[in-house]
Amino acid sequence: MSVDASVHLSVNGEPWHGPGRTTVSDIVASWCPSPNGVAVARNGEVVSKSQWATTEVSNGDRIEIVAAAAGG
Amino acid sequence: MIISNSVTAEAVAVRPDERAAGPAPDPWTVDGVALSSRVIMGTGGMSSLESLRSALVASEADMATVAVRRVDPAARGSLLELLREIGLRVLPNTAGCYTASEAVLTAQLARDAFETDWVKLEVIGDDRTLLPDPIELVAAAEELVEAGFVVFPYTNDDPILARRLQQVGCATVMPLGSPIGSGMGIANPHNIELIVEDAEVPVILDAGIGTASDACVAMELGCDGVLVASAVTRAQHPALMAEAIRDAVVAGRAAHRAGRIPRRRHAQASTSFAGMIEADSYGSGSGADSES
Repeated sequence: MSVDASVHLSVNGEPWHGPGRTTVSDIVASWCPSPNGVAVARNGEVVSKSQWATTEVSNGDRIEIVAAAAGG
Repeated sequence: MIISNSVTAEAVAVRPDERAAGPAPDPWTVDGVALSSRVIMGTGGMSSLESLRSALVASEADMATVAVRRVDPAARGSLLELLREIGLRVLPNTAGCYTASEAVLTAQLARDAFETDWVKLEVIGDDRTLLPDPIELVAAAEELVEAGFVVFPYTNDDPILARRLQQVGCATVMPLGSPIGSGMGIANPHNIELIVEDAEVPVILDAGIGTASDACVAMELGCDGVLVASAVTRAQHPALMAEAIRDAVVAGRAAHRAGRIPRRRHAQASTSFAGMIEADSYGSGSGADSES
């Protein structure tokens, strides 16, 4: 039985690791209670919601997950 | 004492037809969207979501800004849900960005998160003044307009910069009255007037408003709206200040449309001297009370 290598990356500046073939959807689900009102950038490029389920992440990726915060 | 209801010759200048008809329609639109309130609320600086909610409701604004920040997995209570629940349009901002590329990425994230093309574009030069960096601002505005955004640029009170922002296709211009959170009001009303005179898009005074009279002055100068954050959220009684600013904006807009009198160095009597009695021969009494 082959096991996919695990993937090591950063989410919002913190180290994160998971199984190989992890998608953006998986990371969002592990990070936020709800995907509503959330957006994701991978290495400085927006990954739109419609692409989350099919976008696999790679070692060393910088993932940013953002939402609304109070501000003027 | 008898109070006279008689009307002086000058006061006849009030047009009875207008009074009978009620206030004329006074619409304003941004990018073809009609907005009923001329107040846009910021959401930063409030102690709790509950107080923010009361202030937003009291302001009667129909749009509020939000910032874009990393999700805090521990956070509970959603600002976005609050805004949607009370029916406010979300205007995401790019607060905290120092470069055009940061601001463009932030705007793109906001578009995906909140499903709106509208963005309040902030690109600042340093964290002491929070003043806009005009070079980065225009570059970001141009890129965002090309990418289909409806751009509300937070800008210096510089008429030429405001013109350049319009030339690259911004949907509004948002000159500052004075630095963000300073509460110093409108430092250069002359420049705000110049921006208004030149503008072909709505002008929204952003930043520096400290209290209701500042918002009123902005509207009297001809601004189409005001954006208020700290003045409300950091007031001792935010909901009450939100009401005050709501009313001040309505009053200021009406005053602008009414056309104020010119300033003059000397008095100009509003009461005619014709028909004055001759009282001097009795030796006392000034009769000065009749002047008003």
